[in-house]
Amino acid sequence: MKEFFAMGGYAWYVWGSYGVTFLLLLAEILLLRKRTREAKA
Amino acid sequence: MTARSIHWFWYASPQTFFPLAGHIARVCWVLAALLAAAGLYIGFFVAPTDAQQGEAYRIIFIHVPAAWMSMFLYVVMAFWAALGLSFNTRLSSMMASALAPTGALFTFIALWTGSLWGRPTWGTYWVWDARLTSELILLFLYLGFMALQAAIDDPRRADRAGALLAIVGVVNVPIIYYSVQWWNTLHQGASVSLRSSPAMAATMLTGMLVMAFAFWAYSIAAVMVRVRCIIREREA
Repeated sequence: MKEFFAMGGYAWYVWGSYGVTFLLLLAEILLLRKRTREAKA
Repeated sequence: MTARSIHWFWYASPQTFFPLAGHIARVCWVLAALLAAAGLYIGFFVAPTDAQQGEAYRIIFIHVPAAWMSMFLYVVMAFWAALGLSFNTRLSSMMASALAPTGALFTFIALWTGSLWGRPTWGTYWVWDARLTSELILLFLYLGFMALQAAIDDPRRADRAGALLAIVGVVNVPIIYYSVQWWNTLHQGASVSLRSSPAMAATMLTGMLVMAFAFWAYSIAAVMVRVRCIIREREA
């Protein structure tokens, strides 16, 4: 498990890529939900 | 005129397209989640460690699909913008506006993941090479399109002004794609093309393609939700 998260010493690069991608997609989904709610109102 | 062509014009109206967009979005959210789960599983647990780059290469499973989406979404956006400009169809221009933020997002993801991949493999986060610079220009084109539309109060005028920018900017897409052939760049050439066999292990390629389909489904869902918002905002 620890080895998996270490990514052979490339943890910052690999998880930095996946983490930011995930957060940005999540942010777009939340912004779309907010815009949908506001458009309905 | 056949029954099918009548069907297409039927959906050219925002009001009739609205419920269809909702159905498409629901299906695509589910598809995106399933494909992303499968793609990540293949990418992290099935695909082997790269002989040269170690685990750092696993960035490929988001970097390449995001870069493809960034270029593809721009072409689709310019297509709808051109259609809206020439036929004055409301829904076409709404589609163009709905595509821009998601396109910009994938452009940023491609640049960000590329930067984090460049550091361990090239020794630098950023270099002004042809591929990287033209992709950065793509981000500015998306942002310029959105800013221009936001700056004009009348939506119909905003549509036309944005469409011109989108159509002129489409020249950048082949420049990005062929930049690695036309100039000496630090960025490697295409790993996957229609004319040659892929230069990577089959499981790596599978993971990359599944993630690309996941991003496709995600983009369609996000754009459909956004176009529904735009229809509600404009036609209310």
